Amino acid sequence: MISQLRLRQRNAVIRAVRLFFEERDYLESDTPLRLPVLAPELWIEPLTSGTHFLQTSPELCMKRLVAAGNAKLFQISPCFRKGERGRLHLPEFSMLEWYRTGIDYMDLIEECEDLVKGVVLECGGSPLFPDLAGRFPLDISFARLTVAEAFARYARCSVEEALSEDCYEEVLVDEVEPNLGVGGQPTFLYDYPAALASLARLKQEDSSVAERFELYCDGIELANGFSELVDPIEQRRRFENERRAIVAAGREPGPMPEKFLAALDDMPEAAGIALGLDRLVMVLAGAASIDEVVCFVPEDL
Amino acid sequence: MLNASDLRKGLKILLDGDPYIITKFDFSKPGKGQSLYKCRLRNMINGNSTDRTFRSNDKFEKAPLEERSMQYLYSQGDEFHFMDTNTYEQLFLTREQIAENVNYLIDNMEATVLFFNETPIDITLPIFVELAVIQADPWVKGDTSGTDTKPVTVETGYVLQVPPFIEVGDKIQIDTRTGEYITRVKE
Repeated sequence: MISQLRLRQRNAVIRAVRLFFEERDYLESDTPLRLPVLAPELWIEPLTSGTHFLQTSPELCMKRLVAAGNAKLFQISPCFRKGERGRLHLPEFSMLEWYRTGIDYMDLIEECEDLVKGVVLECGGSPLFPDLAGRFPLDISFARLTVAEAFARYARCSVEEALSEDCYEEVLVDEVEPNLGVGGQPTFLYDYPAALASLARLKQEDSSVAERFELYCDGIELANGFSELVDPIEQRRRFENERRAIVAAGREPGPMPEKFLAALDDMPEAAGIALGLDRLVMVLAGAASIDEVVCFVPEDL
Repeated sequence: MLNASDLRKGLKILLDGDPYIITKFDFSKPGKGQSLYKCRLRNMINGNSTDRTFRSNDKFEKAPLEERSMQYLYSQGDEFHFMDTNTYEQLFLTREQIAENVNYLIDNMEATVLFFNETPIDITLPIFVELAVIQADPWVKGDTSGTDTKPVTVETGYVLQVPPFIEVGDKIQIDTRTGEYITRVKE
């Protein structure tokens, strides 16, 4: 069970997050947690709830709200993913997700940096976070590194080699991630290989990469964002590929998200991001594990 | 068959034909990527440790291990002989397999012998054993040298630190996990 200090720290971070979005005129949504249809994703297994699934992310519902004319939207909601349990993983965790129309992933990188710095500034003045200002200096810009640059700098092989030799995840986790966002300077990793972005737009100048980024603090992945793919035909093609891969892995693919695909027709250019809220609390509080910053872990219940 | 999602600290699996115990376990999953199950494994036959990373589609077999309650009989050279108290079957383990347990083994002691494919590979002793002190410096009352322990030798030949009041002939309780003195046993 969470300690009193960690619960107070968690409250302070969530309050600061809401304050940030309120000041920027975002609306808060609360889409349903039980869904009949999910985005097909090979490496994310959903949990079921009666005839429905528990959401693995609020992405599809939030994008339908964006397509319906809500230009700035944020949400804090629990997400559920089967079998994910470790120092940084819980099968039920809190996601902060936000979307904004008329911007691309580079603008969203700026806004994400503003959010983290805004929360650090807000919480840093509180006695609950005595050493925060020292650990996260606000006058330093976050680092920006393409995935290709990061592999060239830290890994034994290039990102193309890692993908073709089927060891991308191992190299990323063992060799690249531990170097990202260390020493008080969070790092944005961006321009992901096109194969690693199911819902992101490809870069116009270079279609081998997708306009996707992740934020790292202390080697911990905090957020994943991208310029949204708003082409329903291309999105359907990617979902079909993903569903075939799910079948090949011996699992049952859910139904095609038809209502989402129909809504994409009306979706303006936008960028969106999902940030692990528990991990943000963990990093700002200096906790050693996600277990410390949630009220209960499954093993407590 | 076990799946990668069954892996956890303490699980004993068969790997490349040998039994391994997972001594450290870490789950990781890079964004939008597949799950990785990082394990440190100790070979239960030779004690060597190795690091391996598994993926969600990897499959495992449980190590075919069996524990039997046995009685220690005697040692001859580097062979330590045990008897199954149910079947009276006798067998031996080597000094290497007995390792530091040699410090606590006395005739007729109960032990749990671990078998891999019908071959004994390891023993587990009771957590607490009682051994007689056979050599100790006398306790000088009012000793002001400042030391609060002294070395003694027990019947197995093992030397350990104990409080100064322990004397030859005393029985003491020892924790076999740490090799440390626990208490003097009242006869």
